[in-house]
Amino acid sequence: MLGEGILKGLAETARNFAGSFVSAERLTTVQYPEQRIPAFEAARVFPFLVYDGGDWEAGLRCVACQICEKECPPKCIFIEKSKDKKPDAMGKAQFYPTRFDIDVSVCMSCQICVEVCPFEAIKMDTDFELSTDDRFGGLLHDRKQLARSNEYYHQIHPTEAAEVDARLAAERSKADAKARVATESAAAKAAAARPAGGD
Amino acid sequence: MFETLDQIFVLLAHWLVSFLPAAWQAAGGVLLGVVAIVLVFPTLFALTVLLERKGLGRMQNRYGPNRVGPYGILQPIADAVKSLTKEDVVPLSADAAVHFLAPVVLVVAVFMGFAVLPMGRNMVLVNMDAGLLFYFAIGASTELSVFMAGWSSRNKYSLLGAMRAVAQMISYEVPLLLSSVAVVMITGSLSPVKIVEAQNHYTWGLPHWYIFTPWGLAGFLMFAIAATAETNRSPFDLPEGESELVAGYFTEYSGFKFALFFLGEYVAMFSVSGLGTTLFLGGWSAPFSFLNWAPSWFWFFSKMMVSIFVFIWMRGTLPRLRQDQLMNFAWKFVLPMTLLNLFVAGLWRFLGDGWQRWVVCSAILLAAYAVMGRVGMYREHFGPRRYRYAE
Repeated sequence: MLGEGILKGLAETARNFAGSFVSAERLTTVQYPEQRIPAFEAARVFPFLVYDGGDWEAGLRCVACQICEKECPPKCIFIEKSKDKKPDAMGKAQFYPTRFDIDVSVCMSCQICVEVCPFEAIKMDTDFELSTDDRFGGLLHDRKQLARSNEYYHQIHPTEAAEVDARLAAERSKADAKARVATESAAAKAAAARPAGGD
Repeated sequence: MFETLDQIFVLLAHWLVSFLPAAWQAAGGVLLGVVAIVLVFPTLFALTVLLERKGLGRMQNRYGPNRVGPYGILQPIADAVKSLTKEDVVPLSADAAVHFLAPVVLVVAVFMGFAVLPMGRNMVLVNMDAGLLFYFAIGASTELSVFMAGWSSRNKYSLLGAMRAVAQMISYEVPLLLSSVAVVMITGSLSPVKIVEAQNHYTWGLPHWYIFTPWGLAGFLMFAIAATAETNRSPFDLPEGESELVAGYFTEYSGFKFALFFLGEYVAMFSVSGLGTTLFLGGWSAPFSFLNWAPSWFWFFSKMMVSIFVFIWMRGTLPRLRQDQLMNFAWKFVLPMTLLNLFVAGLWRFLGDGWQRWVVCSAILLAAYAVMGRVGMYREHFGPRRYRYAE
């Protein structure tokens, strides 16, 4: 009969109206600034620079190769390469970025910088509260603001960070083994060469 | 004591007016009434908007506004400040004078309707013999303001919204009028005061409101449908149609002019609820004779607010109609039903006081409702439209 559906609908909304006062699970709204839900592990918002050890400046993994700068589709990354080399966390002399700026207002969170980085130096953060009242200085994050410790990385993306650490450790041991072989062979060569030219 | 409470506003007005010189007293009394109406209804509007937003939220299982002040009760103040401080933009190619006048005409027309509504015992601003006629005459001029707004904006969305609004309001004006004519026929008067007095009798403690008669119930339902369409409320909010027309006829309005349209819409809702209360729900009379101690104005405003709640409830429940459904529903269902209702009201008058008239009138109305509903659904006048190409 005409009007039946309207009555059914009215009953439904009345049930919602009364029910929302009685049962708390009907109201699924998270009242944001006071209430928060923990960030999902897969959440990716804005890139940050990983550093190892306690000192952010000495421990930055970034070697200023500028691949991310070139690959960035909206060109929000600006890097200045150092003139000198400095030992990185592995003790190898490397270039380092004297400037590393990312513009928040330009970044589109595509994660391409993370994909292309050969040094596992840039990763995605889960922090989304990036708004600021200073639209010129506040939106340009420099390398100090971008630097986050490896522990922080473990905290926000535990699975991925463990993989990255395992890969880096494997690379390092391979490099160490190679270095050891090289030094041993050099030593052996030197030892073999000494008697020949000993007189 | 109860007598004083019932008449407290009337006595207050008399006391205030008594300070004026005798020649000015009549004019002063009317002016005082106008000021009271102009103060009370916008306040009620602010409150209703808040309650509507909270109520709609609850119907959709969310909180609604709860940030400004405790439980969000200061939200209306924030909204008022916002709309007052916003820039008032008038499009360059708009007809500036008409563009400015449209919201003013709307608000003035809408407020004038309250002049003839009895809001309590002896609480009517102008006790006109043809009050109902005055109400409908004034109510029809809101269409003018809507079209002024749509036409002067020089915007295709505005114009489309205004055309829709005028088509809709004129279509539903007819059933709105005809459903109230039944009340006029039974009461034998066009005066809202007399209509309320005719309903203010009790048998075994139950009131003689017109809604408790077959023709009155049918008339009230038709009136409610037509009133919803007349005030452009959901599900008949095609003139605004956010999803297709931006904001309909007030697309090009901002700041305080927009607030005036908003106010006009809600005050029209109050006024039409007040009229429905007066015609069918016994106006200011109490729902049971033992509740007669409560002041009459309390009953009028309670009934009005209950009607407003039903408006909000409808808005939370129903999706928007399509234009052809809207027109078919007005001309092929509501209009014939109101015409039949006129006939039934006549029968009711001439069938005497027995039980027979209850049976005869109810049977006619129910049968007509069932048949017309069935036929309309079968012919897809108001039901969902089936698309041939999709089958």
